[in-house]
Amino acid sequence: MIWNPNKECMSRDEMSALQGKRLHKIVEYVYHNVPFYRNKLQELDIRPDDIQTIEDIKKLPFTTKKDLRDNYPFGLQAAPQSEIIRVHASSGTTGNPTIVGYTRKDIGVWSECMARCLTAYGVTRNDIFSVAYGYGLFTGGLGAHYGVEHLGASVIPAGTGNTEKHLKLIRDLGITGLACTPSYALYLAETMDKLGIRKEDIKLRVGAFGAEPWTENMRKEIEERLGLKGYNIYGLSEVMGPSVSYECQIQHGSHICEDHFYPEIINPTTLEPLPAGQTGELVFTTLTKEGMPVLRYRTRDLCSLMPGTCDCGRTSVRMGRIEGRSDDMLIIRGINVFPSQVESVVLSMPEFAPRYMLVVDRVNNLDTLQVQVEIRQEFFTGVFDTPAAVDQLEKKLAAKLKSVLSIAAKVQLKAPNTIERSQGKSAHVIDKRKL
Amino acid sequence: MTVHQLSIFIENRSGTLIKVLEALKQAGIQIIASTIADTAEYGIYRLICSEPMRACEELKKANVAVALSDVFAIEIDDQPGRAADAVKTFSEAGISIAYMYSFLLRGKGILVFRTDDNGKAASVITANNLKSISESDLSGLA
Repeated sequence: MIWNPNKECMSRDEMSALQGKRLHKIVEYVYHNVPFYRNKLQELDIRPDDIQTIEDIKKLPFTTKKDLRDNYPFGLQAAPQSEIIRVHASSGTTGNPTIVGYTRKDIGVWSECMARCLTAYGVTRNDIFSVAYGYGLFTGGLGAHYGVEHLGASVIPAGTGNTEKHLKLIRDLGITGLACTPSYALYLAETMDKLGIRKEDIKLRVGAFGAEPWTENMRKEIEERLGLKGYNIYGLSEVMGPSVSYECQIQHGSHICEDHFYPEIINPTTLEPLPAGQTGELVFTTLTKEGMPVLRYRTRDLCSLMPGTCDCGRTSVRMGRIEGRSDDMLIIRGINVFPSQVESVVLSMPEFAPRYMLVVDRVNNLDTLQVQVEIRQEFFTGVFDTPAAVDQLEKKLAAKLKSVLSIAAKVQLKAPNTIERSQGKSAHVIDKRKL
Repeated sequence: MTVHQLSIFIENRSGTLIKVLEALKQAGIQIIASTIADTAEYGIYRLICSEPMRACEELKKANVAVALSDVFAIEIDDQPGRAADAVKTFSEAGISIAYMYSFLLRGKGILVFRTDDNGKAASVITANNLKSISESDLSGLA
């Protein structure tokens, strides 16, 4: 099934023409509404009329996460505040989160893309669909929620946590669809075993899994244990949220909603565009977004693009699996975490030396994050003669980390000069997850 | 009226305890009593020794997280029930004891403990004629 064959199966020529027209329009729009982009374009001596076809995109400047941070909170917003009906936030690299405002039309486009995605998975208005992504500032919950409603299926806004109650609803309501992180799906399977619920007792048949990297082996395990078919969903809040791309029944790459989000693959070092099929950094330009459009946003995700008509009939370009990152971002329980965020918290507390180590692991299919810090000798005073005093200090740091990272981290205090001096960025991280 | 106890942060890894003990050995410090309050990941090694100030400096030089804490050390007769009697006097005065350990020295029992109110504890010791050990006594004992 195809939700919008008009767009999803458009001929290549028509799609390029549409993209070129929309690109011109969006460049003109940001030129007149976002000083940041006007300045950048003027520096490069580019006027909106210089951008007429989609090939002209190569002339445009890139946008980075740092640009979003430097213009916190609303500097890149193009629409007046009166037109913004929703704001989401995702992790920034340090201190401030990334703020993304959506107009009513943006939410409409997002819901449309989600409906395309769910339809590609075989979801119909007869399904009962549970959304178990986090509801809130994270785009996963509300993004999927609006898509299910737009499609016309019944949405169960389960959210995260409360797993036993969720499983009871899955069984008793005959829920057929599930959206969550792949690791949470495995956690559900584990909880089912614990509660003695068999896959024959439930009616799940479709899973929309994303927000974190997962493997084919995880897919097989989830499908086997939950008795459903699992599909990949991809998105990022800077561009929109979940449903920027999605798998179809063929499951050979994820179709990008390229009439709204134009993808490019570049060499992350030279920033030169790479030919189709080569792996590089994925870059998106939002072609229709009103709230916070981005030109050539560098996702830092490494993957390749597959052009050509898919066996499912869609002509939209597909992206392969994310093969890695061109920065040091970690995805822990679906949440983006930058080591620099941890660094900013550690540096803000004089009790600790400016050295730290993140240890990421997956225990019982749930990601764990441990932050190791060294206590400074001069702050280790006589009050630390009981474990309770040490625990209190650890808890103080853990609370600060939680508020900055949006996920819980376990703090482990180390003796002075025991954490290795870092040599480069990745030296701050030990990722024990086997992905 | 109090004595200095070394409070040392020790990670639960092999080699961390010996590092502390070696540093004390090098400095010629004698350990009189010690105990470890352990958790799953680390321990607080509490130690009464000769020359605690110098021991603390030496350990800091060896990059050990160490601090001096003020604790009481009182001498009691080496008889059953004397510890109960001593603690009862503090308990009746409404003083809480955070931790305590004990050892025998030259036929006497020594109770080492930290309270939540050192001023009040000192007056209880005086009022009840309890014999408290001072720092100079410690170097003599070692």
